[in-house]
Amino acid sequence: MVGNGMAGCRTLEELLKLAPDLYEITVFGAEPHPNYNRIMLSPVLAGETKFDDIVLNDLAWYRDNGIALHAGKQVTKIDRKARKVIAVDGTEAAYDRLLLATGSSPFILPVPGKDLPGVIAYRDIADTEAMIEAAKHHEHAVVIGAGLLGLEAANGLKLRGMDVTVVHLADWIMERQLDKTAADLLQKSLENKGLKFLLGKQTSELVAGESGRVAAIRFKDGTGIPADLVVMAVGIRPNTALAESAGIHCERGIVVDDTLQTYDPKVYAVGECVAHRGVAYGLVAPLFEQAKVCANHLAQMGIGRYVGSVTSTKLKVTGIDVFSAGDFMGGEGTEDIVLADPSAGIYKRLVIQGDRLAGAVLYGDTGDGAWYFQLLKDKQNIADIRDHLMFGSHHVGDVGHAGQNKAAALPDEAEVCGCNGVCKGTIVKAIKEHGLFTIDAVRKHTKASSSCGSCTGLVEQILASTVGGAYQPADTNEKPVCGCTDHSHGVVRAAIRDRKLLSIPAVMQALDWKTPNGCASCRPALNYYLISSWPHEAQDDPQSRFINERAHANIQKDGTFSVVPRMWGGLTTPTELRTIADVAEKYQVPTVKMTGGARIDLLGIKKGDLPKVWEDLGRAGLVSGHAYGKSIRTVKTCVGAEHCRFGTQLSMSMGVKLEKMLFGMWAPHKVKLAVSGCPRNCAEAGIKDIGVIGVDSGYELYIAGNGGIKTEVAMFMCKVKSDAEVLEYSGSFLQLYREEAWYLERTCHYVARVGLDYVKKIVVEDAARRKELYERLLYSLQGYEDPWATAVKQPKEYVALEVA
Amino acid sequence: MNDWKKLCALDEIPRLGSRVVKSPKGNIAVFRTAEDEIFALHDRCPHKGGPLSQGLVAGKVVTCPMHSWKIQLESGAAVAPDIGCAKSFAVKLEAGTVWIAL
Repeated sequence: MVGNGMAGCRTLEELLKLAPDLYEITVFGAEPHPNYNRIMLSPVLAGETKFDDIVLNDLAWYRDNGIALHAGKQVTKIDRKARKVIAVDGTEAAYDRLLLATGSSPFILPVPGKDLPGVIAYRDIADTEAMIEAAKHHEHAVVIGAGLLGLEAANGLKLRGMDVTVVHLADWIMERQLDKTAADLLQKSLENKGLKFLLGKQTSELVAGESGRVAAIRFKDGTGIPADLVVMAVGIRPNTALAESAGIHCERGIVVDDTLQTYDPKVYAVGECVAHRGVAYGLVAPLFEQAKVCANHLAQMGIGRYVGSVTSTKLKVTGIDVFSAGDFMGGEGTEDIVLADPSAGIYKRLVIQGDRLAGAVLYGDTGDGAWYFQLLKDKQNIADIRDHLMFGSHHVGDVGHAGQNKAAALPDEAEVCGCNGVCKGTIVKAIKEHGLFTIDAVRKHTKASSSCGSCTGLVEQILASTVGGAYQPADTNEKPVCGCTDHSHGVVRAAIRDRKLLSIPAVMQALDWKTPNGCASCRPALNYYLISSWPHEAQDDPQSRFINERAHANIQKDGTFSVVPRMWGGLTTPTELRTIADVAEKYQVPTVKMTGGARIDLLGIKKGDLPKVWEDLGRAGLVSGHAYGKSIRTVKTCVGAEHCRFGTQLSMSMGVKLEKMLFGMWAPHKVKLAVSGCPRNCAEAGIKDIGVIGVDSGYELYIAGNGGIKTEVAMFMCKVKSDAEVLEYSGSFLQLYREEAWYLERTCHYVARVGLDYVKKIVVEDAARRKELYERLLYSLQGYEDPWATAVKQPKEYVALEVA
Repeated sequence: MNDWKKLCALDEIPRLGSRVVKSPKGNIAVFRTAEDEIFALHDRCPHKGGPLSQGLVAGKVVTCPMHSWKIQLESGAAVAPDIGCAKSFAVKLEAGTVWIAL
């Protein structure tokens, strides 16, 4: 590999994961350092971090992976005929495959004086050190170019005590990333930090002083200012000279196809040096996407194409929040939604094309940047949420982090992840020290956002503000199921359905799973997809179910289990209650309580006692309440017209009918229903997956509510007249959800993804499809037996072995 | 080591599953992989003491049901970046019978 930077090393990392022994790897790097995190140079300059902290792959990494590293040796020649590269000192290395990752160079303005001492670019750690050194001895700094890099350099130099002027050719700063309004706001706040700006100025000459060092800068209009240090930050040029000299086709960069292959099939290229579909990227995130695809092809797996990237920008200047992504300037066929609050220093502009978000510029409050970027990347239909799109993704209902929704405003010691007790400072430190770029990596290293997930948005914000434009959220719709495969949930599901795969080994074989038995993430998902796609045919594999579903009870922190008998519609009888009381005494159940779903929970039962408990309960007709499953949980009811003076419908009887119909229904996630007999809604139907509300003329059906991590109010789907229709419409919606939602997606997430209109078109407007769905649901539930009764017959799995 | 104790027939442990063994040294989880290899670990996750026997087995790793730590069956060590180790016990498989040494 030629080039020892971030894109190249990431490719090697991906390659080593896929095929650790396929190649003997040799790396040449022009800089005398191992691979470091170039995007963290600004914090180094600003004095917020040190070089040692931004090294991504230390020398031990090269050694441990058997990589021969030639640091500080620039490659000067590629001999494609002999298939070898030659470095400046004569070192040679032969190749079967060559990876070019030569990066880019700063563009130096061709003006007189450009070679004077004190005139530098801003590209690597040497430049950074030169700036730090200059700041110690000199006063006047001029940064040419007010792009991302230029502003970060200017900010750093200012913090190092220099008097800094930013010179820019265009009429506003960061004109490639910001519109004028946002740019003006940014300029103002940078001016408040002490930076000076000269806009619309073209540099004509750099003038030397008596010492021979640069002393002043002159402009085309004849004016000039003193300058002891000039930093050129006017853009980058892909480094193509080496490739060109070897006769490899180059345009703006080294031309590559969607597999990152150059015109020489033995030569691949990634990173800032390439031109892919005419675009050369200068941000880290696209390079990582390229690295993944390139590594896959180098590993001879041949899967995956790189089709270009949507990029986002975030300025890493402490205390200033600016974000942009996509087509933020807009134009013909686009509309703007703009929010401007000048005195609060907030400006937000969303560019919308049709039903999609096309671009976003945020200033002052970038908390929702990651969310907008995700909407952009996923090309999600925003018609349903257009009216509140501007106000971000946050709901009053988010719990677990003291109501905080703005990561930037949080102090380091603020607890971000309430499940695992992870503070913001810990997350930031892990991101910097381990060079993390994805939410998954942050989860792995810190555990933040790895349990209930309610803080995911916050952690994404922290990630985005720490790594800036390098942050790249995965395409939700195309995200692989887990590390065991490159296929998304949608692809896996379709394969199971279309190719009639009936067992987990069959799926893994058909879809080239990378691990022999999958993992704790993919196996439960596959098992669900199998049994929901092919009821009565596919093999249900207990070993691929989470312990709760395997044992038909909920595991507790001390390893005991809890047992929740089903009470249809929440109704019970004295006999049932007596039986439950007897069981609680007989097995010395330490805690008896009501569940959130209004059922009785017996907590603290030893696993070995479970079959005996179920046998006793079963004698009174009590069956599994499935309080442990990704399945139908409960149908909550109010008293309804049976007793209540306000009741308009028989809500208890309706609830019982629904719960009996859905008994044994496995689903992508848990499913809860409620039936209220009148709009007073005592059964709290507004936060259920399906909420049924009785009115005088029939029932209103609400769907996709949620009372959990994210309080989500159910949305009105339709109104129906009869009990039979309630069953048919509810069943049909649930079957649609069962067939289309990704595993672990609640109805609220599923409907947010596909849109309420989509659901209505099928379930409400298309009678034929509604009936088909309903029939498929009933078919898959046919003949379902109480799992407790089954376990009572075969108690062996519950009993421990003994050894003396 | 001559204190091998007979445990059970291989078939009594589900493939990609486990059984709990009560012993004088506390509960031990005995795992069986897809390839019918047998491993035994102290039935306590090094994280918060979760019962590893109730976890999901894949390859030679079990995922704790409590907080999804991954523990390597051969060594008992947690998979990085988590740090910790569950004590492992010697087991052997002879003619379809599982033996354990405490």
